[in-house]
Parts: sequence; structure tokens; C-alpha cells
Amino acid sequence: MSEQAHATTGTYLRIAAILVMITLIEVGVFYVPAFQPVLVPLLLVLSLVKFVLVVLFYMHLKFDSRLFAFLFSGPLLLAVGVMIGLLFLFFGAVRLRTGT
Amino acid sequence: MKSWLTTTDHKRIGQLYFWTALGFFLIGGLEALVIRAQLARPEGIGVSAEVYNQLFTMHGTTMVFLALMPLSAAFFNYIIPLQIGARDVAFPRLNAFSYWVFLLGGLFLNASFVAGPLFGAGSLSVAPDAGWFGYANLTSRQFSPGPNVDFWVLGLQILGIASLAAGFNFIVTILNMRAPGMKLMRLPVFSWMTLVTQFLVITAFPVITVALVLLMFDRFFGTHFFVPSGGGDPILWQHLFWLFGHPEVYILILPAMGIVSEVLPTFSRKPLFGYTVVVYSGVLIGFMGWGVWSHHMFSVGLGPIADSVFSATTMLIAVPTGVKIFNWIGTMWGGQIRFTTAMLFAVGFIAMFIIGGLSGVTHASPPADLQQTDTYYVVAHIHYVLFGGTMLGLFSGMYYWWPKMTGRLLSETLGKWHFWLTFVGMNLAFLPMHFSGLLGMPRRIYTYGPELGVTRLNEISTAGAFLIGISVLVFLVNLWWTRKRGEPAGNDPWQGATLEWAIPSPPPVYNFTVIPRVESRLPLWVTEHHGAMAPLPLTPPAPIHVPGGSWWPLITAFGLPLIAVAAISHQLWLAFVALAVVIVGIYRWAYEPFEV
Amino acid sequence: MSHAHHTSMGLDNRKMAFWAFIGSECLLFGSLISTYLIYKGKSTVGPFPHDVLNIPFTSFSTFDLLMSSLAMVLALAAIQRGDMKQGKLWLLVTALLGLVFLGGQYYEFSSFVHEGLGLTTNLFGSTFFVLTGTHGAHVTVGVIWLLTLWVQALRGKLGPEQAVTVEITGLYWHFVDVVWIVIFTLVYLIQ
Repeated sequence: MSEQAHATTGTYLRIAAILVMITLIEVGVFYVPAFQPVLVPLLLVLSLVKFVLVVLFYMHLKFDSRLFAFLFSGPLLLAVGVMIGLLFLFFGAVRLRTGT
Repeated sequence: MKSWLTTTDHKRIGQLYFWTALGFFLIGGLEALVIRAQLARPEGIGVSAEVYNQLFTMHGTTMVFLALMPLSAAFFNYIIPLQIGARDVAFPRLNAFSYWVFLLGGLFLNASFVAGPLFGAGSLSVAPDAGWFGYANLTSRQFSPGPNVDFWVLGLQILGIASLAAGFNFIVTILNMRAPGMKLMRLPVFSWMTLVTQFLVITAFPVITVALVLLMFDRFFGTHFFVPSGGGDPILWQHLFWLFGHPEVYILILPAMGIVSEVLPTFSRKPLFGYTVVVYSGVLIGFMGWGVWSHHMFSVGLGPIADSVFSATTMLIAVPTGVKIFNWIGTMWGGQIRFTTAMLFAVGFIAMFIIGGLSGVTHASPPADLQQTDTYYVVAHIHYVLFGGTMLGLFSGMYYWWPKMTGRLLSETLGKWHFWLTFVGMNLAFLPMHFSGLLGMPRRIYTYGPELGVTRLNEISTAGAFLIGISVLVFLVNLWWTRKRGEPAGNDPWQGATLEWAIPSPPPVYNFTVIPRVESRLPLWVTEHHGAMAPLPLTPPAPIHVPGGSWWPLITAFGLPLIAVAAISHQLWLAFVALAVVIVGIYRWAYEPFEV
Repeated sequence: MSHAHHTSMGLDNRKMAFWAFIGSECLLFGSLISTYLIYKGKSTVGPFPHDVLNIPFTSFSTFDLLMSSLAMVLALAAIQRGDMKQGKLWLLVTALLGLVFLGGQYYEFSSFVHEGLGLTTNLFGSTFFVLTGTHGAHVTVGVIWLLTLWVQALRGKLGPEQAVTVEITGLYWHFVDVVWIVIFTLVYLIQ
């Protein structure tokens, strides 16, 4: 199969280092009280970066056919959309609740 | 016999799907007839309420999962490789696996009708009885203590695996195994609609899997996902189910729309009007189908914002559907129409689907739906779109592709009887339900009082249902009669445009002597843009490798209902044995030398 | 298994199928995560997340899984260039790191139960154990898969011609890692 540009071992190690550093930052953010107000968006962004790095480089998606990116990101976006929709339905919109 | 058990040939698997699905269709039909016999008179005493609950639950579950979907799958299997110019699907053994899992799952589900004695009850007592969408918390262990709902939960999970496997298989097949020159925008519309359907399958089925797993945990392990006393919210079930359920109805209708998009051009001797628009509309319907699920929940109290949003998205989705209908009509307009049976069913599809679509649009308005929901008005809607739509479309496909699959034409005379009896029968059966529903007759009641004023309407519906029954008998006679006495079909009895008509009927095991090079959307026709494809050689220039069969799909599949039996009978040792069967099956499958 | 079969997109069938499968799994985990988030804060009785979740411990699990992904790409790279000695080593390391993760999950689950949080104790228990349990089951399947390939390599039956198989194994493994990244953030860090 034709392989285009390829990440090197060095790249993989560098990415691993970045992933570890981000994880450390995430844990740090969790513990440092000063970050509480921005905790959620900050953590979401940090974990998104980790997610993207693993998918693009370790899963080789950056260098592979765009079809694979579509097969993954389509359902992924759908899942995120569904999740957001459900959260709105359960916590957002005004609704009558029976019971609690 | 052994060759059928180990087959990996898409044509054989397609036939297996067809006959098995037809069998389940007849069972589902019998369930319907008992229901209609019960409802013909007020205060009917034919069956008890408990049996009645099982009848309508199994009728719905059987028709959706064991009849309509597998009948469509029969055509996916048989026709898709032929239409795209391939020798088989991408994963032939996985294909066989899907069929066996479907068969075994369907048998497990229906075994519930006779399994009563195994649970210390009579027969006809433990079949699923909480409706085909199993609302919580009726389905909780507290309110459904018996094994009925367990059969449903476990059976559907098995069937889900079959559908998912086929989904991956056909996506890869359609994307990666097309003949040279068959660009995506040259794909026959049936293949396109199948592709969209499979994307819906692989995204929607995981959601119902989660819902079923959560329910299973509630029932088997005492969690409270849907149990209010433990903090659970039964509405979560509805959301998860309909997040699956709405894409599911497009899974049910898109293949039939694809079939109709093949049949109409052939028998109008005109290309499909607006091919590009029809394809894009199908894709759009697939996407938009994810945005409408809570229109099944307008009476739940979601609040005005949610109701309005889903009302708007539901009305919007009527647009691409309407576009397709105009394109179908545009196809026929000015064409040289031949009213073969396949064509009659295709035209009938359009008419009936319009009616079903109209009642659907009325459902899109929450205030209107508050009156309609949970009444026979919805039953009318469902049956116009699923019987008038999907089933008529599938019948069209059967009369269209039967000659290709068997080498013989079905009788046109019997076919026309079949069509007209079906058409009259279904309208007699389901049209009155719009009225009985609006007059207040609820769904799923096992009897009703005469004061409701729906007696005459129910009588007519019952007559219609039995007329449908007779029409099915006519169809079965047609199938039987043409086995020996059907007119030989030849390659191309209808002068079709697409690749499946370029090869013998039935096709040789390798399908094409030579994989054709495709230059247009309508390879077999002469158009103003191109001539017809050159005929394929009668024999292959070199021997064609045909993969052999394999036992492992069947054996691996067998482990799944075994796990279900272990669960429902609470025998842990059996679950381990079953898991071992699956694992060993997978290993042997993976290491088996098998060349496509 | 695959030789020169024409394909319309020039891609490997199995790799394409697997990316579609991964897409499908996004909906599976998405539904489970949604259920967790919907029921967050709705437990009527404890223990509650802040009572039992151990961030330092789980951070180590996260680190472990990230390192296993590194080991996996090193294994694939080695096998692709024909270095089976390295390939076998890194496959084994990946599997072992996976086992360490599973060990950690086992430890975490039992300590939760010990502290009074079981599957049926409350909504937190139910949603937590079903979500992380499903993830753990996926890791388990992955470890078995990796060890199977390792044994195949020991028998000399795994080489550069089977690189696509190893690549697909990697896709599965990395996806399981990525799901954990999401779970670590949404369940542990954002309480």
C-alpha cells in the first residue's frame, strides 16, 4: 500500500512527551484552586488536544486517506451532537418533571 | 445441505435471507390476523389481554426486525455486488455470519411463544409483551417480572450484532469494490440508498445496544437506570430508544426507495429524473433523520422549546422526501410506461407513501400530535409508510429481480391479482384507522366498548387485513407455480440499464466472466451521450478463483443465542461455554486460510 | 490474505471496515457517557464522586495507557520495517501495560466496593461501573488480541506482510486509549 509522509520514531516519542505533560497540567489544574472558574473549558481543551494528537499521529489519520477521517469524524460529530442535545433536553429546556 | 450451511456466496446468502424473512413475515402476518379478528367486534373475547399484549409486541418486533429489514438485506446481498460489478462482498464469511445470527436471533425471540413451560407457565405466556419499543418502566422487573421482556432485550441484542456486521460489510463493499469506471455518481440508486442505510445502521444500532444493556442491568442486576424509585428517569429510555428508532425508520424506507428508483426508470424506458438530486436527498434524509427523534415524545412534557425544535426539524425532513417523490413522478412523465407487476407495486408505493407521509406531517405538529399519539391514527401512519411504503417497494423488487435470481419470471397474471388484492386490502385495513384513532380509539387495547363508535371502522379494517392475507396467499402460489412453470427470463427480461442485467439469470457463481469497465450511469442503455456496453464474454478467459465455504461463521454465530439462553435461564456455566464457542469460533475463523 | 485485488479506492478493505467500526463505537461510548452525564449529581444517596475518586491513582492509569499507545506505535513501526525482535518486544510491552491498566481498574473497583459504592448502590455507581466496565472490557479484548499477535510472532508467523493486521490492532488500541482520555476528563477531572 502506498504510504505517504510518515512520522518517525522521534515524532512518536515527542508526542508521548507532550501527552504526559498535558496530563500533568490537567492534574495540576484540577488541584490548584485558582483554576476552578476555568476548570471545565480548560480541561476540555487540554483533553481535546490529547485526543487529536493520538488520532492524527498514533492512528496515522493525518497521513492516511481522507475517507478514513470521514468514517471516523462523521459518527464522532454525531455522537457529540447527540450528547449535547441530550444534555440540553435534560438540563436546558424548561420541562415539567414528575416526581423529584 | 452442507454447502448451504457453509456458504459464503452472497447470492446464496441473499436467498437464505429471503426465505427466512418471508417465513417471519408470515408469522408476523398471522399475529396481525389474530389481532384483527379480536378487534372486529367490541368486547371481543377471543384472546386474553395478556396474550393480546404478546401478539402486538411480537407483530411489531417481528415485522420490523425479522421481516422488513432482512427482506431488504436479501436484496442488499443478492443485488449489490451485481450492480457494482463485483464478484462478492468485501467480507464473505462475515456476511454469512450476519445471516446465521439473524436466523438464530429470530428463532430465540419466537421460541418465547412456546417456552412458557420452561418457566413454569403455559404456552403463549412468556413472549415479549411490552410493545415493540418497550417503554420503561413498564419493562422494569417490578412491572414485568416474567421472562417476556428478557426475551425481547436479549433477542434484539443478538439481532443488532447481525445488522452491525452487515453494515460494515456493505459500506466497504460499496465504497471499495466497484468495477473500474463506476464512480460514486454512476452508482445505481439502489446501491446509493443501501450505502446511506448502512451508515444509519452502524450509527443507530450502538445507541439501542446501550439502551438494551442498561435495561438488562436493571432487570438482571438491580440497577436503577430506568427505575424512578432509585432516581432513574424512564424518559431516558425513550430518548435512547428513539435516537435509534427514528434512524431505524429511514433504515426501513430508504432501500425500498432505492428499489423504486430502479423499477420506475426501467418500466418508463426513461432515466431517473434528477439522479443527482435523488441521491443527495437520500443522503440528506440520512443526516436529518438524526435530528427529529423527540417527535415520538411530544406527549411526554419536554417543554415548549424542545417541542418546537423537533417540530421544525420534522417538518423540514419532509422536504427531501417530497423532492424524491417529484423526481419519481418526473421519471414517469413522458415515458413509455409498461405496467408490469413490479411497476404497479412501485407506483403503488409512491401513492401509499404519500398518504403515510401526509399523516406523518400532521404528527409533526405537537398540538395535533397530542390528539393523535397513542391512538390508531399512529397505527394508520405506521402501516401506510411501512406496508404501503416498504412492503410494496419490496414486492416491487421481488417481481423485478426474481427473474435474475431464479432464471424465471413470476406470473404476471397472478402478480396483478396479488397487487390489486394487496392494494385494496391495505387501504381497507388502514384508512379507517385514521378515523378510529381520531375518534379516540387507543393503540394496543385488546378490546373496546361499543359506545366508542368505532365498531364499523374496525370491521372494515379486519376485512382489509384478511384481504391482505389472501393476497399473500396469491403471492405464495405465484412463487410456487413459477418454480417449474415460470417463463425463462434470459439475461435481461426487462431491458434494464444496470449491470445486473448484463449477466445470465441466475448468474454464475463468479457473477461476471470479466469485470466490466463502466462508462456511464446506465451501462446497458443507449443514450444521447453514449452507446451500450459491449456484451460480456460467455466464458471467463482464465479460471476464476471462487472462495470455498466455511463452518466458522455458523459456529461463531451459534454462541450468541447460547449466551442469551444462559442469561434467561440464569445458568452461568452455560454462558462461559457459549463465550468459549464464540472465542474459539473467532480464532479458527481468523486463522483459517480463506482467499476472497 | 490480501493480494492484488482491484479496489475502487485503493484502500485496504479491512482498514476501511475498522475505521467504520471505530466510528460506530463513538456512538456506543457516546451513549454511555451521555447517560453518565445525565445522571451526574442525581444520586439520592452516597457515596458520591468526590468521596471515592482517586485522582493521583487514576492519573497513573492514564499515564500507563498513554505509554501503551507509544509502545504500540513502536511495535508497528518495527514490524513494518521487518525488525521482528523489536516488534515482539513492543507488542509484549503494550500488552503488559494494558494488563497494568486492568490491574489498576480491578484495584479501583474493589476499593470502591469496599467503600460502599457498588453497581446498584446509586446512580453514580451504576453509570460509573457500566461506563468504565465497558471500557475495561474493551481493554481486555485488546490485551487478548495483542497477546495473540505476540504468540503468532513468536511462532515466526508475523512479519511485514501482516503489517496491516498489526496496524488495525493499533487502531483499536489507540481508540481505547482515546476513549479513556475522554472518560478521565469527564468523570474524574470534571466532578
